[in-house]
Amino acid sequence: MKSFFKDLEYFSDSIALTTQSEQITYSALIDEIKALSQFIRNRDLVFLICENSIESIVGYLTCLREGYIPLLIGSSIDEFLLQDLIKTYQPSYIWTSKNFELASYEWENVYHNRSFHLLEKTNKFGHIFHEDLAALLMTSGSTGSPVLVRLSYENLNQNAISISQSLSITRDDTPITTLPMNYTYGLSIINSHLLNGCEIILTELSIISKEFWDIINTKNVTTFGGVPYTYQMLKRLNFEKLNLNKISKLTQAGGKLDSNLVKYFSEHANNKGIQFFVMYGQTEATARMSCLPAKDAMRKFGSIGLPIAKGEFYLTDEANKIISEPEVVGELHYKGPNVSMGYAYTIADFIKCDENNGVLATGDMAKKDSDGYYYIVGRKKRFIKIFGNRISLDEIENILLKNAISAISTGVDDKLLIYTTQENGLNDIRLLISTKIGIHQSAISVIFITEFPRNESGKILYSKLQVK
Amino acid sequence: MTNKEKYAQVFIDSFSITVDQLNENLVYQSVQQWDSIGHMGMVAALEEAFDIMMETDDIIDFGSYAKGIEILAKYNVVI
Repeated sequence: MKSFFKDLEYFSDSIALTTQSEQITYSALIDEIKALSQFIRNRDLVFLICENSIESIVGYLTCLREGYIPLLIGSSIDEFLLQDLIKTYQPSYIWTSKNFELASYEWENVYHNRSFHLLEKTNKFGHIFHEDLAALLMTSGSTGSPVLVRLSYENLNQNAISISQSLSITRDDTPITTLPMNYTYGLSIINSHLLNGCEIILTELSIISKEFWDIINTKNVTTFGGVPYTYQMLKRLNFEKLNLNKISKLTQAGGKLDSNLVKYFSEHANNKGIQFFVMYGQTEATARMSCLPAKDAMRKFGSIGLPIAKGEFYLTDEANKIISEPEVVGELHYKGPNVSMGYAYTIADFIKCDENNGVLATGDMAKKDSDGYYYIVGRKKRFIKIFGNRISLDEIENILLKNAISAISTGVDDKLLIYTTQENGLNDIRLLISTKIGIHQSAISVIFITEFPRNESGKILYSKLQVK
Repeated sequence: MTNKEKYAQVFIDSFSITVDQLNENLVYQSVQQWDSIGHMGMVAALEEAFDIMMETDDIIDFGSYAKGIEILAKYNVVI
């Protein structure tokens, strides 16, 4: 089986990574990996504070190739959450931008490459990891308690291969990063293109910046991905009139795109000769589970498509029986080699074996049509997706509780609603939650309410709250 | 409200900032809330406040508080 991290040698002189100021080949990338790996001793835990940069990719690949265990963390992480992660998981190394420093009596600066340095803990914890464990990702939208998803080498590689097949990725594809690398979907774009020896354009720029479009127009960028909010922005930027130069493939995942937008992008992408793929995934399944082939975009509009190669979907009813008839709603389950090993809540969980056995209950309610295409219709649990991040509404209530705010939360995708019985400081609540969950304040509304709607037994009736 | 006041208010509301932050140092990503999401919210708020519809090039070129004043002039909005 081909491996996206082991077989880099195969592409030796091809360009691997391009940034605004630099370009390196696969051979040069391997040299940098070798240099970094000299400074990490054993199968130790390494925190990667990720940016879409050469340094971060080098750190990530070094870990996978040498058997160190990386935890991928976004550089915009809340400082307290990061401290909490360090305390909970006791990393031996931190590979990070030089802007980030830690108390020097515990950490030693042992190596640096460009804007990054490697911090080594003087007094290491001595973790024990399961032999299959390859990497740790944070569940998207992790709030108060940092829960990690345990991914195996097999998970990462199989998913990269299946995605590559679904999208027919070849060496000629050149993606540009539009999502953070620590975000499962962003990472899977990197993995599936490294697998094919592609050139990857690394940038932190957003699609609303002029510089981003300068890159699209001057480099041979052929593809990028986006969450629903990315597509809302693209629509506002007049996608139909936009000069997309050599873009030939666009992917969408990270939540359900509004049906009018699916229609709009299917049509206009088609007019521009661009393949538009709607996909469905979760961190718990490494990244992606299904794909709606571009040719079906208009015909099977609103569908998340078919399972990726080696994957399988099935639906279960309330009695946990498998539903075989079409058009019947049940909980969506996925079976495949990319289903993670399970969660980690503490250091002790790193030794655990595969607890999922290749099956994931997605928590999404879905149905399939008579041709076998799946459609998400709702959710089993109380969570919403904001800008592609899964946010647990119960978790939001926990944060509010911890901060002594009497409030409950509900919402729809891209809109979190908080109802509070305190009359003042509504904007402070908004900013608090925005900071804690790392979500822009514009997606959060805080509303004063005289009392919470409850049933006779005191249970909150969320359905009585107005969701606009 | 004058146009200048309206313009200022959009920034204050969109990025949760104060009046003294409204100067030439206020550029895209200089404050936490002015990210891509905040940017689109600001654009929508300006369009509503001045009853205009901005072109793509102007949306992506709108990199600072000062630059915005130049851009709005194209739509006959004098700040």
